[in-house]
Amino acid sequence: MGVEIRVEDLNAWYGTVHTLHDVSLHIPANHVTALIGPSGCGKSTFVRCLNRLHETNPSARAEGTVLMGDIDIYKDASPVEIRRRVGMVFQRPNPFPTMSIYDNVASGLKLNGFRKKRILDEVVERSLKQAALWDEVKDDLKKKSGASLSGGQQQRLCIARALAVDPEVLLMDEPASALDPVSTAKIEDLIFKLKSQYTIVIVTHNMQQAARVAENTGFFLMGKLVEFAATAKIFTNPSDKRTEDYITGRFG
Amino acid sequence: MIRIRFQQSLDELKERLLVMAGLVEQAIQRAIEAYSSRDEHLCELVKMSESAINRMELEIDQLALDLLAMEQPMAVDLRFILAVIHINVDLERMGDQAASIAVRVLDLGEQPNVDLPVDIPRLALLAAAMVRKALQAFIEGDADMAESVLRLDDQVDDMNREAFHALGNLIKNKPEQAPQALSALIISRNLERIGDHATNIAEDVIFWVRGADVRHHALSDVGS
Repeated sequence: MGVEIRVEDLNAWYGTVHTLHDVSLHIPANHVTALIGPSGCGKSTFVRCLNRLHETNPSARAEGTVLMGDIDIYKDASPVEIRRRVGMVFQRPNPFPTMSIYDNVASGLKLNGFRKKRILDEVVERSLKQAALWDEVKDDLKKKSGASLSGGQQQRLCIARALAVDPEVLLMDEPASALDPVSTAKIEDLIFKLKSQYTIVIVTHNMQQAARVAENTGFFLMGKLVEFAATAKIFTNPSDKRTEDYITGRFG
Repeated sequence: MIRIRFQQSLDELKERLLVMAGLVEQAIQRAIEAYSSRDEHLCELVKMSESAINRMELEIDQLALDLLAMEQPMAVDLRFILAVIHINVDLERMGDQAASIAVRVLDLGEQPNVDLPVDIPRLALLAAAMVRKALQAFIEGDADMAESVLRLDDQVDDMNREAFHALGNLIKNKPEQAPQALSALIISRNLERIGDHATNIAEDVIFWVRGADVRHHALSDVGS
């Protein structure tokens, strides 16, 4: 099941550049939360702080509180543990190119020491089904490599890989921006289905996509969270003039 | 400012709606004038304007639909286009009401002139003022001005009720004047409906500007 996330006074830096300023928000469990804003506004930095990926950059650091359920991810758990609980899908599908479809999905479990074939088979099948890819690849699991799939299939493979380690949160950083409209629709349908089991945070430049998939939307600008509200409110009657100017295309 | 072409399209949509509004206002004015002067020629002009108004309704609908489909507007732009779609319908129906008045004036012209116990010109003045104010609020994007239109509607409703009562009595007491009374009754009702459509337009302006849906709410809720 998904878990709620409470962020309080989160700040982030790359070197001396202060990229996130006092961000506080509540991401409800089993909801889809979209983050929008112009390039460089801090939305990707923000999601990278939610699984402690931000700190993998040697010059980067973050301060503040991120509570995932009851756990303060910066105090109560290791980055490895957090990244197991918080899966991430990136803009460009990044399957391991030489691994088979099966091994791509099983890679996370194997890294965590799982070796039993029966369990691995079960998890691979379940994850591929959850990612709505099973029917398309079930006959080629070990024959084809991840790189042999189409772009949309590769992205769903990456989602299956993220789901295989049984996370509670799924972060998606522009997961459909490199895909055609049909593949995009499949990913969006998938997001809708997955939210019953996971808390989903999606960064997107596509505002129609945010409007279609998310219950709540946050607008970032220059490292600050300007507005966070129900998606319908943000896209029909935002409270802040800067949000309105951005989503109506008056700047950006 | 980006999306310049889209903003130009929104301006064009507004201009087209205002051209249509001009036709509708003219039709209402002519119908009112025709009542006072029993001018058959004016009545024919009002009836003829209906097809031009209908044509503009279709054009504006198409333009609004194209913008929704191709520009996927958000927030204030989305509210503006929705308001235009609603106002477009109200304007077309106001045109129908003006045409109905013209038909009744032609009917009255065929009847002997009698003194009717209603002040149709006063009711017409008030309804026309509501239309003007609602359209001015739309032109200026002024929600406060739009609110003032909502207050006028009660007066128009009251006057229509009084007319209904007085003309009902006339029909009872002087049945020979029933044809004239019925025509006046329908004209009063047409003007009341024009006031209702002006109210709808004012509500759409409030929705566009403030994002607040005040339809079907009591006046006391407006702006709260």
